[in-house]
Amino acid sequence: MSTATAVSSLMTATVHRIEVHRRPEAGDPAADALRRDAAGLPDALIPSSVACAAVYLLEGALTDSELVRIAEELLADPVMQSAVIGAAAPAADQVVIEVHPLPGVMDPAAASIATAIAALVGEDRGSGIVVRTGRRYTFGGIDAEAGRELATRLLANPVIHAIHTEPYQPTSFPVGHHQPFEVRDVPLRELDAPALERLSREAHLFLSLDEMLTIQSHYQSLGREPREIELETLAQTWSEHCVHKTLKATIEYHEPADLAERGAVSIRESVEDRPGHSLVADGGVLIDNLLKSTVAAATHRLMAEGLDDWCLSVFVDNAGIVGFDEDSAVCMKVETHNHPSAIEPYGGAATGIGGCIRDIMGTGLAAKPIAATDVFCVGTDSPSGVPNGCIHPHRILGEVVGGVRDYGNRMGIPTVNGGVWFDDRYIGNPLVYCGCVGVMPRTAIEGDAIPGDRIIAMGGRTGRDGIHGATFSSAELTDTHADEFSHAVQIGNAITEKVTLDAVLEARDHVDGCLFTAITDCGAGGFSSAVGEMGEKIGAEVQLEKAPLKYDGLTPVEVWISEAQERMVLAVPAEKVAAVAAICEGHGVEWCDLGVFGTPERELILRWDDVEVGRIGMAFLHDGVPMPVRKAVWDPSWAAQEAGGEDPGVEAQPKIADTAGLFDAAAALLSHPNLASKAWIVRQYDHEVQGGSVVKPFVGPNAGPGDAAIVRPVPTSPKGLAIGNGLATGLARDPYEMGLAAIDECVRNMVCVGADPSQIAILDNFCWPSCDDPRNLGSLVRAAEACLDGGIAYGTPFISGKDSLNNQFTTDEGRTIRIPPTLLISGMGIVEDESLATTMDAKRPENRLVIIGETTDRLGGSHFVRVGGAVASGRDELPTVDLERGPRTAKAVHAAIKQGLVRSAHDASEGGLLVAAIEMAFAGGLGVEVQLDMVPVRGEGVSDVARAFAEDPCRYLLEVEERDLEALAASLDGLPHAVIGRFTEAGPDGGEIVVSSGEFGVSSELAARFQNAWEKGCDR
Amino acid sequence: MRPMTNPNQNSPLAECDRPRALIITAPGINCDGELGLAFMEAGAAPTSVLLSDLIKRPTIVDDFALIGLPGGFSYGDDGGAGRVVAQLIRKGLYGALSAAIERGVPMIAPCNGFQIAVQAGLLPGPGSGENWPDVPARPTVALAPNEAGRFRDDWTGIEIPSESRCIWTAGIEGIDPEVMVLPSAHGEGRFVTSTEVLADLERSGRIALRYTVQDHFNGSRDRVAGICDASGLIFGLMPHPERYTRWSQHPTWTRLDPSVRSGDTVGLMMFKNAVRQALAAVG
Repeated sequence: MSTATAVSSLMTATVHRIEVHRRPEAGDPAADALRRDAAGLPDALIPSSVACAAVYLLEGALTDSELVRIAEELLADPVMQSAVIGAAAPAADQVVIEVHPLPGVMDPAAASIATAIAALVGEDRGSGIVVRTGRRYTFGGIDAEAGRELATRLLANPVIHAIHTEPYQPTSFPVGHHQPFEVRDVPLRELDAPALERLSREAHLFLSLDEMLTIQSHYQSLGREPREIELETLAQTWSEHCVHKTLKATIEYHEPADLAERGAVSIRESVEDRPGHSLVADGGVLIDNLLKSTVAAATHRLMAEGLDDWCLSVFVDNAGIVGFDEDSAVCMKVETHNHPSAIEPYGGAATGIGGCIRDIMGTGLAAKPIAATDVFCVGTDSPSGVPNGCIHPHRILGEVVGGVRDYGNRMGIPTVNGGVWFDDRYIGNPLVYCGCVGVMPRTAIEGDAIPGDRIIAMGGRTGRDGIHGATFSSAELTDTHADEFSHAVQIGNAITEKVTLDAVLEARDHVDGCLFTAITDCGAGGFSSAVGEMGEKIGAEVQLEKAPLKYDGLTPVEVWISEAQERMVLAVPAEKVAAVAAICEGHGVEWCDLGVFGTPERELILRWDDVEVGRIGMAFLHDGVPMPVRKAVWDPSWAAQEAGGEDPGVEAQPKIADTAGLFDAAAALLSHPNLASKAWIVRQYDHEVQGGSVVKPFVGPNAGPGDAAIVRPVPTSPKGLAIGNGLATGLARDPYEMGLAAIDECVRNMVCVGADPSQIAILDNFCWPSCDDPRNLGSLVRAAEACLDGGIAYGTPFISGKDSLNNQFTTDEGRTIRIPPTLLISGMGIVEDESLATTMDAKRPENRLVIIGETTDRLGGSHFVRVGGAVASGRDELPTVDLERGPRTAKAVHAAIKQGLVRSAHDASEGGLLVAAIEMAFAGGLGVEVQLDMVPVRGEGVSDVARAFAEDPCRYLLEVEERDLEALAASLDGLPHAVIGRFTEAGPDGGEIVVSSGEFGVSSELAARFQNAWEKGCDR
Repeated sequence: MRPMTNPNQNSPLAECDRPRALIITAPGINCDGELGLAFMEAGAAPTSVLLSDLIKRPTIVDDFALIGLPGGFSYGDDGGAGRVVAQLIRKGLYGALSAAIERGVPMIAPCNGFQIAVQAGLLPGPGSGENWPDVPARPTVALAPNEAGRFRDDWTGIEIPSESRCIWTAGIEGIDPEVMVLPSAHGEGRFVTSTEVLADLERSGRIALRYTVQDHFNGSRDRVAGICDASGLIFGLMPHPERYTRWSQHPTWTRLDPSVRSGDTVGLMMFKNAVRQALAAVG
């Protein structure tokens, strides 16, 4: 093999260039994938040939022979690749398009390649080499402009990438320059209200006028102007993202006087059952701290009633913690990373999961992440239009999945569960929920910094990236946000986080005991939030010049609020710093000593060398944010009008008149992207790394949709942990019912796989359109009230939560697209022994299909209606959760599982019970006979269509052996249930679905049709 | 060095009788936990050691009777899967590892470990009867990106060629096809080599593992899932036998007949084979 040296190579340049091409015989799957992706583009953009190559730019003094060795022995694999030093010349009909990260954008490969170069040519020769990487595409049959357009659409994001139309080889890399800084005062004591508001907006503080006025009067009383860094610190700490000031506000809630008569739950009429709620004169309800009076109140009530031993830490730490076994505890956190994912989906999602993993690493005295769960809400694949400033939802989902895949897989954390909800109102504002579960020794559930502890930062370097992420995430998106806030977006480096995790756990498990007294992650707000929170009670003194930087030239403010990824802050007793340092060095983790916790006056004191650049009292920083009374109005008719939710291009179907119509609807439902298999996503995640998997995302010989995952938190113990989610956005017309349904679904999912419903902990995660609008806030209140009622009724404490309350997008035409109110309920539940693990795939012919729970004709908000089904087959009303029966049913199902009566279990939710029964059958490679007449119903005249497709909550489908039916009935203790069919042997063409209906007669269809619809509905 | 504690108190082997297994870790290696556990369940005593420590003191390798090069994304798989660690091993640990093989130490390299081993000159290794060269050989096989161009986590049926010399898979036969499976999770696992090398590997019994025709998901040449060196001691494979050492890891275990779901899983059999070999080598 010989390495070609192209004529165009500039051997004298200090930036050398090496291309690595694929040998034809080794194939080029990346090019194949690009060809597939390009197929949907205009003809003028579709290249006739595609070849991909990696580009390495090396800055530093290297001899020709060293360069050849690097190319041949390191960068190009002799079996499948060949290297070119410089740039291979394209053929006459080809163009070269290159995509390189913009200066300052994280290039995770750079450090790894530099390490290997140093090993190859020797430390002395290789240590100063700086590496940047890029990608080269050689296209045939299109010109450079078409190539640039193709790259813009599919390969690059201008927020982080530069596109070049010829091989890129700069003469040097841009570097930062150290600049003298000045400590800048921001004069605001004399400003009037409009000027304060303007300052807030222009400086990207996103503080309200009330907050600006509070700051103004604080500094007036101090007799000085705030310094820039102080104002920034206040903006970060007081951001919606960090302080949840809407959810913690006092709210005056109004609802129509006749709400109860209209069949909806009235908050006003149940005010006496609601802690922190009181009636006000004009018929309104005053809620003192919404979060405390609803979500947290449920937990505190349950703890008072006996769960206090199990709930070890709730709402106070980065994640909520509950007991697992005698020695261990488990914790869980779910975050959103919506706004960054709208602008740069790959990096936004990757840093979303990265941040959530760090939350787990920063819980108590560090937990070990053992599982991840991800839920995305995005526009459909074929929206009616994509507004300017939005990325096409097809690309968003693909890149979001890629970001989670690359970060989660590299971290070695199995992504075990998730979901995707499609609705075009997410087009400008996709939701990316990232959840993570950790395990920790019970001795590590609490940590507090002690005065005198050193402030030790570990992990990635600080750069200009992610500045203003916290305030940005609290703002509303517009079409210009991509330009204005590109610095808020960043690319993660999972390997930096992995080695940091390794080092943190080694420090925690040190033979002399944990080497630190407290730990937290640098998330939104960077050091300002992390150090500010850890030192809240004792103060902290920070030397900002000590932070290792990615490049020179950062101001103290930038260092302080940068949200550069992969950084943890630890409080380390001075005498243990050396041991922490040794561990870091062993793992190749950078660390620095940023100062000391504890100041006499409980202040945050910021210095750069000897210069004081900022000083704020912790009391004002943490308790100073004003909490004005906010007005909330529940307007059901407005909400109904907002709910809408029909998919674009779906044609209304005539009323179903025969079994063929039932089958068509079932197939349409199974291929609806919300229900259809997400195999293309799930299989890109390593869901088995760490070896703890017990129930996987897909179950049965035909890989059907499992209800929840089970993992072993302690690999050597058969005790399991179920992880599941509930999301009922279809019911957004009344977020109260939506919230209850999400809790019920989350519980049902976990109970179906064997979790004990008396040991399920849940998390709330509200994503709402702007709650400055009282109508949206009214809708948020109703969802929060559902958390109170549902949490108590189900005995499921909320242990942590999150909110993102400004999810709407204003187009350049001034139209505002609000997301549907979205409440994700995530949970984890104890599975006493993995022998209880139950999956949804039907196990054996002749076993009976049993439904527990009642079905109604309430088709409002159902997927049946979303696929065009006639709502007139039932009523256009939302199904409701029975707060007495729902929890009792969950307990009864669990009891039946414990008695060994249940061969398989599945929740009847999206799509209805016929769809769920079909899923059980094809997952197990069997057929099923379903008798709709046997379905227990509530109300008169429930049609067979409603029996088949209504999405009433609280229902379970169980597979039971005939001999166990009596025992099951006994254990159900009067709960409505019925045998509605049996599973049948598969014939030569597979299983058969037989439906008998009083209205339509009996008819059959091959299960393969439905399996195929389910597999193809959302596939890529 | 972090010795892993033994959770299996009623193990038939006393602690001092357990052969010691070296688990090599590096930045981005993330399957060291399950690999250590698999060794432990098979009767060995695993210890994790950072590659950087081993390179500083390669004689550490001499203290061990078994070696595991775990999966993961070492150094982010930047520049190519396993590329950077392979370079570090070629430079600083190849000698110690090849010497260990020469004294009869079994070594397993699943997934990223396999990708590393083929680039570090450890696989397919010298021909039968030949000595390990002093300088690591240039790669002759490679693990290229999967045919479908994306990462995939799935369980696949496996076959063990009857002529394989691999000590890890020796005697594993007559297994019910339903449980003759292993999990894979990789983006770059498509086995690529020249016709000549492939023929040589087949002739010398160094093809150790194949995907079944039905489950051949990544486009590997000749369905190759794993190979071994001429001694049969080094076993490199894309699947993860260390993630299949208990029945509840099997993807459809909740429906397996108890008669099928008994005894050791295929994954655990492989580790027990190696532990037996290690004990015999010492004895």
